Amino acid sequence: MSFLQVRNLSVRLKKGPPLLRRVSLDVAAGEVRGLVGESGAGKSMIGKAVLGILPPSIEVTEGEILLDGVDLLRLPLAQRRRRIGALCALIPQDPLTALNPSHRIGPQITDRLVDILGWTRADADRRAGELLAEVQIPDPDRVLRSYPHELSGGMRQRILIASAFAAEPKLIVADEPTTALDVTVQKQILKLIAGMQARHGTALLFVTHDLGVVSKVCQRLSVLYAGMVVEDTSVADFFAAPRHAYSAALLAATPKYTDPSAGLIPVPEAVISAVQAEVAAFDRSVAHG
Amino acid sequence: MPFLRILLVRLLTTAITLAGVAVIVFFVIRVVPGNPIAMMLPPGATEDDIARLSALYGLDKPLLTQFGIWVAGVMQGDFGTSITTRQPVLDLVLGRLPATLELSIMALVMAMILGGAAALTGTRFRGGRTEGAIDVANGMALSVPDFLWGLVLILLFGVLMPVFHISGRVTPSLELPFTTNFYLFESLIRLRFDLWADLVAHMFMPALALAIPLAAIIGQLLKQSLKETMNLDYVTLARTKGYGETRVILREALRNAALPTLTLVGVQFTFLIGGTVIIERLFSYEGLGNMAIDAVINRDLPLIQGIVILFAVIFTGVNLIVDLLYTVLNPRLRHG
Ligand SMILES: Nc1ncnc2c1ncn2[C@@H]1O[C@H](COP(=O)(O)OP(=O)(O)O)[C@@H](O)[C@H]1O
Ligand SMILES: [Mg+2]
Repeated sequence: MSFLQVRNLSVRLKKGPPLLRRVSLDVAAGEVRGLVGESGAGKSMIGKAVLGILPPSIEVTEGEILLDGVDLLRLPLAQRRRRIGALCALIPQDPLTALNPSHRIGPQITDRLVDILGWTRADADRRAGELLAEVQIPDPDRVLRSYPHELSGGMRQRILIASAFAAEPKLIVADEPTTALDVTVQKQILKLIAGMQARHGTALLFVTHDLGVVSKVCQRLSVLYAGMVVEDTSVADFFAAPRHAYSAALLAATPKYTDPSAGLIPVPEAVISAVQAEVAAFDRSVAHG
Repeated sequence: MPFLRILLVRLLTTAITLAGVAVIVFFVIRVVPGNPIAMMLPPGATEDDIARLSALYGLDKPLLTQFGIWVAGVMQGDFGTSITTRQPVLDLVLGRLPATLELSIMALVMAMILGGAAALTGTRFRGGRTEGAIDVANGMALSVPDFLWGLVLILLFGVLMPVFHISGRVTPSLELPFTTNFYLFESLIRLRFDLWADLVAHMFMPALALAIPLAAIIGQLLKQSLKETMNLDYVTLARTKGYGETRVILREALRNAALPTLTLVGVQFTFLIGGTVIIERLFSYEGLGNMAIDAVINRDLPLIQGIVILFAVIFTGVNLIVDLLYTVLNPRLRHG
């Protein structure tokens, strides 16, 4: 049984149109699953649902999110939060806004260990120091005493990565963890996440719109369009022969895998209308029971 | 050192402000009709008597000369002599200041507790009936001025259910062992909780009347600010760590949300101090405000000048403290 199993998850804007359409995906222990799709496809929404941080304006209409076999959606809020806090972690998209400006770095790494997992402060502090060393931050002691605004974006993302791994979670959701960074730093951060994941054996749900990244860090892949999973496959199979026309177009649109000099090839109109027809057919079938 | 720089700039602007206030108050109270000497003399006094006394208080000299004499005195710490009581203005004013400061600070503390509780509760249960009820209560608190709240409180807790005293600062028959006029503070230091309770029973209603409108402002601003903060990324990240909503509000959001509220509270607190004038009168509380009204009624020019200057010093002082607090609480300014 996979560690994370999302089953037929549908969410919508309250009384509004669906944003996720019966999404199913698994992440096995220690496995890395990529989640790709164009902007607005619902990638972040899946991550938020798993971590229990959907905005209040959005409701789950059906489905299950099984974390280690327990359906999170059936747990009372406080229990759900604690279970997620103990087993999962988030590497957020924008390191500049993800750290609390009025707390020092140290407590922002150790808070979960002490408050949720019951570590002693001394153990947690030692752990924070080790983690900062592991994410290659020079002078960890000084950094632990710093405030976020004193550190660069790349530095802060390293800290957030360290913080995500602090409690040895079984699953980490990384939501486009390099998009907000300088191009020069992106590669290092990506390498860092991949290395940490391998060393700690953590399962990873990796949200990205960059297939190049997928080929480097992921084993499995879900392709999302309009909140619908159009393809769920192994990365090797995907790059060899994508099954869905939309996936194929997405792959073709990624310059590195055709000709880097060619630039971006847009997804053809015909493919878009085909996949949109699929979505419409899905919505009709839901409406008619 | 932004700290020192802020302090210096503020001291300079404070000096300019005070000079302006001194000029305005001095000339305005001399332009309005009403002769202090005529007011203090019994009916039937002759023109001669009035002229003699006016000369005694220097009121016969040209305005500019009078101003010069007054400013020269103030520079040396001499604010003149009260016409009605014939005591030094500085002694009178400083003697009353502690009563007003204690009342204002008590009111501020009440406002922060009430407003803070309203904001936190409203944020915790946002989008529901509780928040709606809090908004309604806030609106009511804001739409009634402090002195009307004073009347409401007198009716409620002075007449209907007489649990608090409606007049004075302390029960007159009590023996007071105090060496300063900070009665409330000193009663605590001396561990005289009996006196402290009596003082609080007197102060409670005037302080609450002053606090209610400010509590509503704090409640609204802080709730708005908290709700915005609750959508920020670092708050969301804290939720994924396993914290409950109350913990998230208190630990992640409150401090950051309180910063923008703080400056506005500073301005509002100076309004509150202004409100003490009428509230002290209403509750016969022996503070500066009550004295100010007497001074105006009696046209006690030197006393009015002294009180106004002191209020101006308090106002600018409050603003200075708020600015410094803002720097202390905001790590980005502290090191920047
Ligand atoms: N807080 C929100 N309220 C309403 N709609 C939202 C909200 N967040 C996201 N959406 C909508 O949900 C869809 C999926 O968003 P998202 O998961 O953020 O996409 P992405 O794949 O780019 O991460 C988009 O159409 C977006 O407009
Ligand atoms: Mg996204």
